[in-house]
Amino acid sequence: MNRLKAIFSKQNRALLSELVRTDFKLRYQGSALGYAWSLLRPLLIFIILYVVFVRFLKLGNDVPHFPIYLLLGIVIWNFFVEMTMQSLGSIVGRGDLIRKIRIPRWIIVFSSSISALINLGLNLIVVAVFMVINHIDIYKTIALLPLILIEVYLFALGISLFMSAAYVKFRDLNYIWEVILQAGFYLTPILYPLSRITNLTLQKLIFLNPMAQAIQDARYSVVTHSTRTNYQVFNGGWHMLVPFGLVIVVLLGGLAYFKSQANSFAENI
Amino acid sequence: MDDIAIQVDHVSKTFKLPHEKQTSIKGFLINKFRGGKRSYERQEVLQDISFEIKKGEFFGIVGRNGSGKSTLLKMLAGIYIPTEGNIRVNGKLTPFIELGVGFNPELTGRENVFLNGALLGFNRREMEAMYKDIVDFSEIERFMDQKLKNYSSGMQVRLAFSIAIKAQSEILLLDEVLAVGDAAFQRKCFDYFMDLKKNKQTVVLVTHDMSAVRQYCDRAVMIEKGKIVHEGYPEKVAQEYQKLFTDEMERLKNQERETRTAVADRWGEGGVYTKSATVKVSPSKILLTTTYIAEKDIDPPIYGFTVHGPDGTNILESNTLRLHQKTQKLVSGQQVELTWEIPNIFANGLYDVSVACCDQSATRFYDWLNEAASFKISKESATAGAVDPLVEIVSIKERSR
Repeated sequence: MNRLKAIFSKQNRALLSELVRTDFKLRYQGSALGYAWSLLRPLLIFIILYVVFVRFLKLGNDVPHFPIYLLLGIVIWNFFVEMTMQSLGSIVGRGDLIRKIRIPRWIIVFSSSISALINLGLNLIVVAVFMVINHIDIYKTIALLPLILIEVYLFALGISLFMSAAYVKFRDLNYIWEVILQAGFYLTPILYPLSRITNLTLQKLIFLNPMAQAIQDARYSVVTHSTRTNYQVFNGGWHMLVPFGLVIVVLLGGLAYFKSQANSFAENI
Repeated sequence: MDDIAIQVDHVSKTFKLPHEKQTSIKGFLINKFRGGKRSYERQEVLQDISFEIKKGEFFGIVGRNGSGKSTLLKMLAGIYIPTEGNIRVNGKLTPFIELGVGFNPELTGRENVFLNGALLGFNRREMEAMYKDIVDFSEIERFMDQKLKNYSSGMQVRLAFSIAIKAQSEILLLDEVLAVGDAAFQRKCFDYFMDLKKNKQTVVLVTHDMSAVRQYCDRAVMIEKGKIVHEGYPEKVAQEYQKLFTDEMERLKNQERETRTAVADRWGEGGVYTKSATVKVSPSKILLTTTYIAEKDIDPPIYGFTVHGPDGTNILESNTLRLHQKTQKLVSGQQVELTWEIPNIFANGLYDVSVACCDQSATRFYDWLNEAASFKISKESATAGAVDPLVEIVSIKERSR
């Protein structure tokens, strides 16, 4: 309890809020549209994907409200990409601070994760607006969405902690991670409805990935109950717990690795 | 332990420097694959350092570049972790070692004040309360809403210093902050240091500036090659530090002299040739003997000399005219030997002597020989500065009020 108090001490909160504020001020520095890009970027990407995959390739005809379904998936995936990519370089990027001042190192990773969270919030507003326009019925299960987002956040946090610390020593990690993200984008049912994959074993394998599970659960609870979730795929068997276990393992592993490395950041950067 | 602010207990710091820095996974894997251990060079930056800083003490750390003093300061600040040993800090300590850490050129001065404040552990409300003080001290109020990148470096330093000193902490760490800003601002800083000293604030000062060490510090240590070589009175430490440079300079001078060609740095129209110049140093006086040879018949000339200090300043000059000393006509081939006696009031250091000979109107120089001789002063000293005359206290009258 005392440790928790120390983590959220007045100093740390002040520092965190100031770092996030700075991040936000500087992000769209000098661009004419400024903060509007936070909303515009995912929207434009969504339009491209929508035109290509829904209009041209006719994917997702069997899924009700497929555009929203697609948008929600993209928003959640983008959050994951943004948070991990930003955090990866955060420790090295703030090397000037780390070498010259004693501040808790995790605050730096934490602040970039909060910036990503704020963007997620803005993007979810876009989703909500689309939902209203499309007259989507609100399910009771929408109450589950925050829990699902927390899961995604913790998963991304574990990865972020691990990679930001490892990046201090291995500077080609960012290229590797970019490739992994690209692969993850296609291995996760974001663009295509899961029903397109007819092999059940393959479906099960895909659902071991926490991102696939989280995105499908989010779609189920917010957009349409007719999408497949890992509960259905595994038929309620214990295997459905694997993605949650993975999140916990990644989070704890990331924390432990970060802690073991944090003391020597100043020397190694 | 109660009256001790910082206790440094047998602290060593070793950096592992990989022979080839491996910042790629490929390099790491290849090395693992070969089964070879990564070859490190262990660099012992600090070895077995121990000292204590008492509460209310103004403590100086001096040392040359690369002596390890900055590493020590970083460990005191908690940025580096000692490889061996312990550092115990009793009280809140400034966590930074450089001014303006985290300043962002794209933010305004005002925004930077808040960001910097947050790095020092103050939230916005506390910073609002201090903001006016900070701006007043820095004297750059009308620039506060401009971006920092449009500031001059002097203005940035003013702002940084003003924030740093307002960030009240029990133990202040200051690294080379004295050499910043213009004269007026420096005076302000010095006044501030005096205040700190008066208020019995615990301060750790890392500096090259021996006058600051003499003026403020209660105690000091000198670090050389990762070890404490002197500890104690600031005056003593400052002297040892300066001796380090005197020795070094002498070595360099000797080297220089050896490599210099036979033609010394001399000029003049000729007529009189300076054959030699020698200096004898005794505790009380310095004897300078110069020998001249006339190359032709010369009207009575003026003989003179100049003593240059370690940094090249003109410390002392005199000549036969100033001393109302009549000289004789010289005939070709005649040799003249002069001996000057100078009281030894010189402070520690290495001095150069230039000698010259010119006509009575001082418009025609026969011969001028730069650095004709040099001498070194190294002694126990009761004063500081360019000269070191005997200073005595005649009386102290401590009247009761």
